[in-house]
Amino acid sequence: MYNISLNKIRKTYGDLTILHSVEMEITEGEFVVILGSSGCGKSTLLNIVAGLDTCDSGQILIGDKDVTDLEPSDRDLSMVFQSYALFPSMTVRRNLSFGMEVARVPKAEREAKVAKVAQLLQIDALLDRKPSQLSGGQRQRVAIGRALVRSTGVCLFDEPLSNLDAKLRTETRVELKKLHNDLGFTMLYVTHDQVEAMTMADRVAVMNKGRVEQFAPPQEIYEKPANLFVASFVGSPEINQIAGHLSGNGSLDIGKTHIDLSGYAFENGTRPAQDAILAVRCEDIKIVPPAAGHITAQLDFVELLGADALAWVLYHGKRLSVRMGVDQARALESEVGLQFDLTKASVFCTKDGHRL
Amino acid sequence: MSSPANAAAMPRVAVVGMYAFLIVSALFFLAPFLVILINSVKPMADIRSGNLLTLPSEITFEPWRIAWSSACTGLDCSGIKPGLWNSILITVPAVVISVLTGALNGYALAQWRSRFADWLMLFILIGLFVPYQAMLYPTVKILSGMGIFRSYTGIIFVHVVYGLPYTTLLFRNFYVGVPDEISRAARMEGASFLRTFWSVILPISTNIIVVVAILQFTGIWNDYLLGLIFAGNDNLPMTVQLTNIVNNSRSAAEPNVNMAAALLAAIPTLIVYFVSGRYFVRGIATGAVKG
Repeated sequence: MYNISLNKIRKTYGDLTILHSVEMEITEGEFVVILGSSGCGKSTLLNIVAGLDTCDSGQILIGDKDVTDLEPSDRDLSMVFQSYALFPSMTVRRNLSFGMEVARVPKAEREAKVAKVAQLLQIDALLDRKPSQLSGGQRQRVAIGRALVRSTGVCLFDEPLSNLDAKLRTETRVELKKLHNDLGFTMLYVTHDQVEAMTMADRVAVMNKGRVEQFAPPQEIYEKPANLFVASFVGSPEINQIAGHLSGNGSLDIGKTHIDLSGYAFENGTRPAQDAILAVRCEDIKIVPPAAGHITAQLDFVELLGADALAWVLYHGKRLSVRMGVDQARALESEVGLQFDLTKASVFCTKDGHRL
Repeated sequence: MSSPANAAAMPRVAVVGMYAFLIVSALFFLAPFLVILINSVKPMADIRSGNLLTLPSEITFEPWRIAWSSACTGLDCSGIKPGLWNSILITVPAVVISVLTGALNGYALAQWRSRFADWLMLFILIGLFVPYQAMLYPTVKILSGMGIFRSYTGIIFVHVVYGLPYTTLLFRNFYVGVPDEISRAARMEGASFLRTFWSVILPISTNIIVVVAILQFTGIWNDYLLGLIFAGNDNLPMTVQLTNIVNNSRSAAEPNVNMAAALLAAIPTLIVYFVSGRYFVRGIATGAVKG
């Protein structure tokens, strides 16, 4: 098992900078998810770790060995691709053992390893089939199997679930997490799907425009986003944002109304006067009867989601989402009062988006 | 391609029209072939007395026998038989080498991207546009310099080199459609470039290999000019011997023998098409429709 450290990884294509000095320390046995929208550089970063792509500067250490200039096969890692990338002409068995054949592993050892992995992933019955005779989910298992069979402890995943249908994706997600718990491999997993990131990761690295915006456990990413980008990227529906001016006495002025921020824990305990954005998750807003001293808003419309409901209310021309029980949503009046749970809210600087 | 399901969905008139068109075009292209076939089994008397389009009074395979084993190609009167063997000896290695190197080139150009890949492809394409005839003299000079002008090695070398732009282009266009993650996966598994090509890429290229091999086979088998110039007297292919029979001035013209000889020279390509036609259509279809 290995730890991975990325030191100041930089990558440019002509004038376009794909990665700005990315730094990451991944400890042994950790499941790290790199989360970002397409074009943020996450796949490039993974390819650089894998050795399929080169970086312009920087250093990659795997298990304290500098692998920056090594071929992928010399890095002691394996990879699962988005399109599975199974070898179409080979049976599942040969797909699994091909890497060992190339490495001239003795036949008996190859067979033993293939059998072990096949059993682990429950693909024993498929060993003599060709990839074209498998379903998407089975292909995915074989692809994971191929990565595990040679793996010494580091596994890379490039959006491995995005080609599966929703139900299968949920199942495979759970299995992958379980596999990680059982094997204890270091796993680096790239995805644009925040549900995958939230459910599987020990830590999530949120990437944007070639930079790691925040690298923290998923719950911390959700509850204490480091900046406005992370706050708005993670969570569905998007986090509610209320722009205003932070005055010296600790309240956010929005036009003539004020939101008292005395319940909010500022970073470093300081709150310099400036333009700021209050960001609150939909479940951290409570609807109360409108009364003096409360923030009031107009009900726009209600979405019933089955288990719960979302009420969309208009506040100073901005539409905010509020999560609540279905019964409460049905009984809403057109004028509602809002109560923000400030212990769970975030305040960001309007200018550069960092957390205040 | 029109599958039976498509045909069923077409209106009746359209189906009739389609078949009428296909039959007429087939007849149009088959007519010369039929004339040759009929005349190749006619006795010379028929040909001298009547025109070429009448049916034979009796069917004789004598012209075929003469064409095969005793017609005169210049001074030598052993028919077209030696040419068959020469043609096979030239065509088979030339096809195998040009197809395999074309596949390797095409794969390299399509998947192992470098900054120069597109420029290289452009230069290779220029090779397609320059007519053979324009390159003959320089090629003769080069081959003489190498000491393989008018030799067996020489003719194979020329066929391979002249075929490469074409085979490279066809394979490149096929491999552009193969997901490059497959090559990357093989690289992750530790396979070298050649190992990936041989173990992973070639086995999935059957269809395109068949198409390119057929095209190369027909091209090289039917070649006359290069064989005449570069093969040397001992290796003259069937096509060259065919013209020698037809143009032989030592005896009177025998059209039935000439036509039998022409058919003999064409048979191998026909066989190749019949045997591999299925792959051929499949290969063309996979090239056209990305799947």
